[in-house]
Amino acid sequence: MDFLTLLQVLDSSLRLATPLLLACLAGLFSERAGIFDIGLEGKMLAAAFLSAAIAATTGSVWLGLLAGIGAALLLSAIHGLASITLRGDQIISGVAINFLAAGLTVVISQDWFGQGGRTPPLLSGGRFEPLSLPGAVPAKEISQAGPFMQLYSELLSGHSLLVYVALLMVPLTWFVLYKTRFGLRLRAVGENPAAVDTAGISVVGLRYAAVGICGVLCGIAGAYMATALQAGFVKDMSAGRGFIALAALIFAKWRPWYALGACLLFGFFFAVDNRFQNILLPAWAMSGVLLALGCGLFAYVRNKTLLDRIVLGGLGLGLAIVATLITLSNLNAGLGSMIKIPVVFIQSLPYVLTVVVLAGFVGKAIPPRSGGVAYVKEK
Amino acid sequence: MGCRYLWESFMSFTKTILGSAAAVALSATAALADPAIIFDLGGKFDKSFNEAAFQGAQRWADETGGSFREIELQNEAQREQALRRFAEAGSNPIVMAGFAFADALGKVAPDYPDTKFAVIDVNWLSMPNVRGIGFNEHEGSYLVGMLAAQTSKTGTVGFVGGMDIPLIRRFGCGFAQGVKAINADATIIANMTGTTPAAWNDPVKGSELTKAQISQGADVVFAAAGGTGVGVLQTAADEGILSIGVDSNQNYMHPGKVLTSMLKRVDNAVYDAFSQGDALETGNFQMGVANGGVGYALDEFNASLVSADMQSAVDAAAAAMTAGTLSVHDYTSDESCPALSF
Repeated sequence: MDFLTLLQVLDSSLRLATPLLLACLAGLFSERAGIFDIGLEGKMLAAAFLSAAIAATTGSVWLGLLAGIGAALLLSAIHGLASITLRGDQIISGVAINFLAAGLTVVISQDWFGQGGRTPPLLSGGRFEPLSLPGAVPAKEISQAGPFMQLYSELLSGHSLLVYVALLMVPLTWFVLYKTRFGLRLRAVGENPAAVDTAGISVVGLRYAAVGICGVLCGIAGAYMATALQAGFVKDMSAGRGFIALAALIFAKWRPWYALGACLLFGFFFAVDNRFQNILLPAWAMSGVLLALGCGLFAYVRNKTLLDRIVLGGLGLGLAIVATLITLSNLNAGLGSMIKIPVVFIQSLPYVLTVVVLAGFVGKAIPPRSGGVAYVKEK
Repeated sequence: MGCRYLWESFMSFTKTILGSAAAVALSATAALADPAIIFDLGGKFDKSFNEAAFQGAQRWADETGGSFREIELQNEAQREQALRRFAEAGSNPIVMAGFAFADALGKVAPDYPDTKFAVIDVNWLSMPNVRGIGFNEHEGSYLVGMLAAQTSKTGTVGFVGGMDIPLIRRFGCGFAQGVKAINADATIIANMTGTTPAAWNDPVKGSELTKAQISQGADVVFAAAGGTGVGVLQTAADEGILSIGVDSNQNYMHPGKVLTSMLKRVDNAVYDAFSQGDALETGNFQMGVANGGVGYALDEFNASLVSADMQSAVDAAAAAMTAGTLSVHDYTSDESCPALSF
């Protein structure tokens, strides 16, 4: 694999990570304030639809973006009303939002445009075009450029504005959460709302603010998919990215910089899966890696709790068995023979990693202490 | 449930006592029934497979003034349910668009012996009241593969499949053979969108796959991926390469940027089934280049892209297929492809 290929994969990772990152940060604000949000998927979908619909009718991508944010905010308001004001179950409300968005987008779109739940394709003014940073060489000449120029032109330049916005959101989120009074209160309301209330600060107001920020970020994520990555809305186009963002949020342990890392990692897996659908590895390398992983797991769980030992030790044992089987089955053909890693394995890596994190492998993933619990002021 | 049991006992009773005359009389009473069509998960307006089925049904309705019942499935669990609902309501014939109906139909068809079923992309059920319609997608894909290879300047072409199933591999395999027939040294990059039904509606991933193929040198990309193909065609148009549509004629979606479309005349299959009504001829039918079941699209949107030379080469291949002198390998016949490894 040459340097340019690596850059192209990283470039693709960045594009694929952007909607995940925005949704992940959205979930981060909401969950840090104690409101679990299963409905990220639905909000992204609704935003994708309305942004594409408005951009298609008005021809202005900015109005589309605003409309997308508006759609996600509306769903956020419903979630807030159900789970903050009416103290309903946050998971149920989130699931309801997903169903609502999946159905409504198609029905409204069919009513408006009659194209079977699609919006008309967006023309140039209705889309976020890729921005060429100053001095970047065009794609056709990139293979002749030097490595730094390639890095600059391929990876850094040529993304739509929203990609840069998403990346800027990470330090901004970190700053807001950890360096402002609002952020301190927001985190406190997810850990111990009673203490915040005692200090005379409105728990309800803070939680609504968090859910609102969540809506804005989901709106940008949806608009990015429909007006930057694509030129229009297609039913169910979020394709589970809201749930992957939730997995990334857990993987990132509810921290902004980790969220960036998790989303880029997941995006990287998707990009690798797109670029190299079937990866060929020599049999010896494959069984070696699996065996090393298995042994590593055994060594790691030696001093852990019983549950960890059963789960992770079992996983290690499984890996070791697979490694042995691969070695045995390839003895005849020679250990240098190539083995195909199925594409589904790469596709499942984000979920496997999330489970590993949840199992306590990479430290503990501890959610905000009052997450999922409606706040009831003592009478 | 109890109702159907009674009905079935009644049916078997009448059949044993009165012989086949009773069955004929019963089916005659159902002659007034409207036909019905069930669309698969891609949705009625996928601009591709299901939309072609819908167009066939609509053409029948427009020409005869008749009406038909329809449903778009939202999830797997609805397959059998929708089939039974239409059968109970007396719709006849019931047409299903998609290979995924095979299992449900296998269960349901024997329960409604007087209802005729037609299923597209399934040609292995042999039941007295089922019409199976298979398409030789590999033949049509071969033709567009030839066009792709003749157009490609880089000698690298791409294939983006939807869900990774043997049917889609058949498209890819036929395409690869057509490409190799023109340019034996050509590189074919084949990617599948996914392994779940979500792969039919993920244009974002379709775009990324296309970009990955372009960066590996592909300058013509064939999408056989339902709604995902919308993203493939869009990205190809954005990045200045050519794409090939599938099932319906998709040339109009990006005029001058879609090289051609592999036509699968699902519309004709549905139209024929509806026209025959409850006298639907059952059995398994195979639609190929020879009987106009598959082909490639040429219209005002791609006229400038397909030269007379290209057209004559492709038409010669089509004639050879019709005459039986050219046979295209069918992936599903032995689960392997001589021209492409998946």
